[in-house]
Amino acid sequence: MNDNVLIKVNDLKKHFKEGTIHALDGVSMEISRGEVIVIIGPSGSGKSTFLRALNLLELPTSGEILFEGVNITEPHVNINKHRQKMGMVFQHFNLFPNMTILRNMTIGPQKLLKKSKEEANAKAMELLERVGLADRADAYPSQLSGGQKQRIAIVRALCMEPDVMLFDEPTSALDPEMVGEVLDVMKELAKEGSTMVVVTHEMGFAREVGSRVVFMDGGVIIEEGTPSEIFDNPQSDRLKSFLAKVL
Amino acid sequence: MAEWWAGLSAQFDLNFIQKDRWLSLLRGLENTLLITFFAAIIGILLGIIVAAVRTTYDNNGENMKYQKSIGYYILGFFNVICKIYLTIIRGTPVVVQLLIIYFIIFANSTNDILVATLAFGINSGAYVAEILRGGIMAIDKGQFEAGRSIGFNYLQTMIYIIIPQVFKNVLPTLLNEFIVLLKETSVAGYVGIMDLTRAGNSIRGVTFSAFMPLIAVALIYLVIVMLLTWLVGKVERRLRKSER
Repeated sequence: MNDNVLIKVNDLKKHFKEGTIHALDGVSMEISRGEVIVIIGPSGSGKSTFLRALNLLELPTSGEILFEGVNITEPHVNINKHRQKMGMVFQHFNLFPNMTILRNMTIGPQKLLKKSKEEANAKAMELLERVGLADRADAYPSQLSGGQKQRIAIVRALCMEPDVMLFDEPTSALDPEMVGEVLDVMKELAKEGSTMVVVTHEMGFAREVGSRVVFMDGGVIIEEGTPSEIFDNPQSDRLKSFLAKVL
Repeated sequence: MAEWWAGLSAQFDLNFIQKDRWLSLLRGLENTLLITFFAAIIGILLGIIVAAVRTTYDNNGENMKYQKSIGYYILGFFNVICKIYLTIIRGTPVVVQLLIIYFIIFANSTNDILVATLAFGINSGAYVAEILRGGIMAIDKGQFEAGRSIGFNYLQTMIYIIIPQVFKNVLPTLLNEFIVLLKETSVAGYVGIMDLTRAGNSIRGVTFSAFMPLIAVALIYLVIVMLLTWLVGKVERRLRKSER
């Protein structure tokens, strides 16, 4: 396998309810280091299921996922080790409400990466500085706005120094005026060369930042290509009608 | 007025002072507190174990099945045991359970207090288990997912992220369970244990005067419950400080 390939997905399927619902119906994809994959599609298309399957929050029915050369769908694989290398950002932030912002960010590095408190704090403060929230380190999540929460969620994931960042509709639960601040952080990340997989409805972001855009519907990939291929020259009818609705 | 007062003080003298009758109330109180305290500890331990088995099975069954782990079947077995335990304990009156444990299971035991403590502890465990399980289920699924996505395993996610939040949420309900437990121990007299209730009732039996001893017993229970409530209120306020 090419050394540059970070994640390789082969014929991934996820069936619910005794196989009557096919959330994923055979998805294959290669994600190289430094790529920003943006997955778009109507709701129920399986894009979130696909993203959540990448770190096995959703257990696939069949198919395989190779992450850094290891097939993580094998039963005996210690998925917790691999998840440390896959940061995830959720639609609803999922910050820990009983911990300060700083603790939210340092609990993983301290407990899992065995970093000292000072080391973990320093790293967290550096990241908070970068997203302009250093002054909120001792606040609790309930004291932050949605946009601030999501920026914290992003840097919390970054504290684990992951090899890939997974974003599950990171701006869908935000008030419109807060979407920008979160997208800015993500753009920054992309510019630095992070590998990212982003499920989103933000077509502007997809066009501007995506190195590859994937259109999913009905649990399969309908079309993929560069942003200009997808947005300026869509081939399939389904993508055309989708774009007509969202653009 | 003076007459009424004199009557009252004579009653007080008869029921509590003469023959040091208040001492039997004190000893009864001691037994009641002893049974309640240790039954609560047994209840908490049992409750944690049962809640852990039940929620682990519910949350992790799919995962373990996927990994074809033998643990899935072992856990499934214990899950069934826990369900049977919960059904029996919650489906029968505590007095009946006490009688069965005292007269059938530990018929040969001579340590009455210990047997009663065990009976109340086993009873309380079922309720504590369901309180804890409810508390765990009430935590947003996203919290589990966030913990797991960082790389914590199931147990670490529970210990570092879920349990601290559960504890805060269930504290009032747990306290309520222990208040109920304290009052439920008043049926210990059924198996001849001289608890607070039975002590008061015994005084009534010899003095033929019901008012003083029974009201005294009620007041003592009330004071203990109020004390407990006040204490937990304080703890709760301290825990809440972190969220505002």
